[in-house]
Amino acid sequence: MLTFVAGRFVSLCLSLIVASIVIFIVIEVVPGDPAALMLGLNAQPDTIAALRDQLGLDAPPFIRYFSWIFGLLSGDFGISYTYRVPVSDLIGDRLWVSVPLAIYALLLSTIVAFAAGLLAAIRRNSGADLSIMGVTQLGVAVPNFWFAMLLVLVFAIWLRWFSAGGFPGWDAGFWPAIKALTLPAIALALPQASILARVMRSSLIDTLDEDYIRTARAKGLTRAQVLWRHALRNALIPVLTILGLQFSFLLAGAIVIENVFFLPGLGRLVFQGITQRDLIVVKSVVMILVFAVILVTFLVDLAYGAADPRLRKNR
Amino acid sequence: MNMYAKPLALVGALATAMVLAGATLPAFAAKTNLTVGMVLEPPNLDPTGGAAAAIDEVVYANVFEGLTRFGSDGAILPALAWSWDISEDGLVYTFNLAPGVKFHDGTDMTADDVVFSFERAVAEDSTNAQKALFADIATVEAVNDTTVRITLSKPNGNFLFNMAWGDAVIVAPESAADNATNPIGTGPFVFVNWAQGDNVALARNPDYWGEPAKLENVVFKFISDPTAAFSAMMAEDVDAFPNFPAPETLPQLDADPRFNVIVGTTEGETILTMNNRREPLNNIKVRQAIAHAINRQAIIDGAMFGFGEPIGTHFNPTNIDYVDLTAQSNYDPEKSKALLAEAGITDLTLSLKLPPPTYARRGGEIIAAQLRAVGINTEITNVEWSDWVNSVFLNDRDFDLTIVSHTEPFDIGIYGRDDYYFGYDNAEFKQIMADLNNATDPAERSKLLGDAQRRIADDYVVAFLFQLAKTGVANSKLVGLWENSPTQANDLTGVYWQE
Repeated sequence: MLTFVAGRFVSLCLSLIVASIVIFIVIEVVPGDPAALMLGLNAQPDTIAALRDQLGLDAPPFIRYFSWIFGLLSGDFGISYTYRVPVSDLIGDRLWVSVPLAIYALLLSTIVAFAAGLLAAIRRNSGADLSIMGVTQLGVAVPNFWFAMLLVLVFAIWLRWFSAGGFPGWDAGFWPAIKALTLPAIALALPQASILARVMRSSLIDTLDEDYIRTARAKGLTRAQVLWRHALRNALIPVLTILGLQFSFLLAGAIVIENVFFLPGLGRLVFQGITQRDLIVVKSVVMILVFAVILVTFLVDLAYGAADPRLRKNR
Repeated sequence: MNMYAKPLALVGALATAMVLAGATLPAFAAKTNLTVGMVLEPPNLDPTGGAAAAIDEVVYANVFEGLTRFGSDGAILPALAWSWDISEDGLVYTFNLAPGVKFHDGTDMTADDVVFSFERAVAEDSTNAQKALFADIATVEAVNDTTVRITLSKPNGNFLFNMAWGDAVIVAPESAADNATNPIGTGPFVFVNWAQGDNVALARNPDYWGEPAKLENVVFKFISDPTAAFSAMMAEDVDAFPNFPAPETLPQLDADPRFNVIVGTTEGETILTMNNRREPLNNIKVRQAIAHAINRQAIIDGAMFGFGEPIGTHFNPTNIDYVDLTAQSNYDPEKSKALLAEAGITDLTLSLKLPPPTYARRGGEIIAAQLRAVGINTEITNVEWSDWVNSVFLNDRDFDLTIVSHTEPFDIGIYGRDDYYFGYDNAEFKQIMADLNNATDPAERSKLLGDAQRRIADDYVVAFLFQLAKTGVANSKLVGLWENSPTQANDLTGVYWQE
C-alpha cells in the first residue's frame, strides 16, 4: 500500500511541475500589455512605462517563473495587477463561494443519483426505471445554463422565493448564503446527477448479474443483504471515477453558472482576469485548479485502492 | 365539509398572509438604500490610477471631488473650489476653496492637498491615465489654506473642464497610496466595503461639507451577463441599471409599470477608424467612398436596437457647438462606387478589427455587408481589448479599419495628436486646436470648434457613425438619476425615493 501511495504521489508532483511550466508559457505568449490596457486610450507612453515598472513586468521570463513558483510555495501569490490586492486574498474570498457551491452541488447530485440509480437498478424495466432513465436522459441533454435561466425565471422572477443571483457573503449568516447558492447548486447538480444515476444503475445491474451474487443468494442471504454487503461496494468503482471527475468539473467549470447567477466564484475570477489581462491572477488560479484536479484524482486513486484490494498489489 | 378542510384553510390563509407580508413590507418603510447594477467591476477604486470607466462610475462625485465637476447636462460646476478668478492673459487661475472640508478619515482638506494631488498626477512615476489634462500646469501654489494659485505655461481654454475629470480629483497625502482599495475622498458618500467580484458598498457621509446625500446606503452590484442583468431587474434585486446591457429587453421593461427606461446620450462618438497611414486609405477619395457606402441608420437599428444618433463629425450632437455634417457623408452607394472608380481601385480587401462591445461586433458585420455592396471586401478579425490596444491602438497599428467608441468627453483634440492611431497629420487642424486653447471668448471658441468639426469631416479622416446612447433602467419610484452621461459617472448626490 505504501509503494502504491508513494508512486501516486510522485506522479502527482511531476504533473504539477509540468502543468506550472505549461501555464507559465501559455500566459507569456498571450498578446496584450496589462499596463496599456489599464491606462486606456489617452495614456502617455511614459505613464505606461512607469506602470510596467511598478508591476514588475520587465524582468526576464526565467526570473519571473521562479519568483512565481517560489512565491506559490510560500503562499505568496503576488499582487493582482488590476485589483492591487494580494492574489491570495482574491482567491481566498472566491474559494469561499466556489468550494461550498461545488460541495453543495455534489451532495445534491450524489444523494439524488444514488437513490435514483439504486431504485432503477433493483426495479429494472419497471415504470420507475423507465421514468428515471427518461428524466436523466433529459438531464444530460439540457444545457445547464439554460436550466439555470429557467430556475431564475420560475423561482426568482415569478415566485420571488430566491434572488436572481449574487452572493451576500458568509457574513450575512449561514442560511442566507446557503439560500443564495441553492439555485446555482441545483442547476449544476442536474446534469451531474443524471450522469451519475445512469452510471450507478448500469454498474449495479452488471454487478447484480455476477456469479458471486447468485452464490450469495444461494447461501440464503436476502436481496437486501446481497445488495448492501456485496453488490454496492463492487459497483462503486466506476461511480467513484465519475464523482472525482465531477468534483473537478464543479470547481473549475462552474464559470457559466457563476455568470448566470453573477456569483463571485473562481470561474468568474479567471474570466475577468483574462479579459483584463490580470495575468498574475489567471496563472495562479489556473495553477490552483490544476492542483485541485490532480489532488482529487490522487484521492480517487487512493479510494480505488480502498475499494478494490487488487489495485494495490498491481502497483 | 370534511375534517381536513379547516386546518387546510388555516394553512392556506397563513401562507397567503406570509406571502402578502413578504411582498408588501418593504413598501411601507421609507426607503433610503439603493442597489445600482453595473456591467463591469472597477479594477480598483482610485480614479487617478486607471482609465477604467467603472472606477468613475462608482466613485466620481460620490466619494471623490475635484476643484470643479460636471453637472448632468455636461456644464462645468463649482465643487471643492467655490469660485475662481482667471487673470487677463488666461495664465493664472486662483481657486477659492470651500472652507471646513474634511476627508473621510477626518483630516482637513486644504490648499496643500490640492498642491499634493496635482504634483502627484504629473510626477515621473505617476500612473494617471489622463496625464495630458495637467500638461499645461507650470506651478501650483497654496496661497493660504483655502486659496490655490495655478499658473499655466500657456493659456488653456479647457482648463476648468479638465479639472472636472475624475482623474483630477483631490486626494490626501495620508491616504492617496491606498485609494485603490480604500478610497478616502471628500464626497457625500464614504466607502464601506468592497466584496471583490460582487459589490462595492457606500454609506452617507454624516460630516459632508455641502448638502448631504438623501440616500443612506448605496450598493453597486456587478452583473456582467445581459440575461442575468435582466433577471436581476425583474426580480428587483437591483433598483437601477444606468447602463443596461440587454437593450433587446428594454421594450419589455418599459411596458412594466415598475420600471422606467431612461434613454440619454453619452460622450461616446462611435467611429469606423481608417488607417490613414496605409495604402489605399491614405487616398481621401477612398476614405470618402467608404463614408458614403455606410448607412448609419441601418447600423443603429441593426446593432443598437435603434438607440443612437447619427453623427457626421467627432462631436456630441447635444453640445451647443455641434455642427450637423451628416449630409456630407450621406448614404450613397452609387457615389461611393464612382469615387472608387475615380481612385482607380478595383478588387479591394481591407482588414477590419473588432473589439468586444456590441456596437463593434454587430456593427462590424453590418458595415462589412454595406462595404461589400460597393465592391470592398473585408476580412473581419474579432480581438479582445488588450489585443486591440496592442495591435491597433498603440504599437503595431496593424489594421485597415476598426470600430471603436471614443467615450472621453470633448475629445476632438485627438485628431491633432502626433502619432495617433488614425495616422492623420494635418497642420491646419493642429492650428485650430492651438487657437482654441488660447481662446477664452465663447463666440470665438464656438467658431473654432465649428472649424475643427468641418476640417475632419472634409478630410474624411474616419467614417463617423453615431453617438452612443445611454440606455438605462430604473425603478419608477427613483428620482434624480442622470439621464445623460457627460462623463462616466453615477452621481447619486441628488437621488432619492418618491413617497
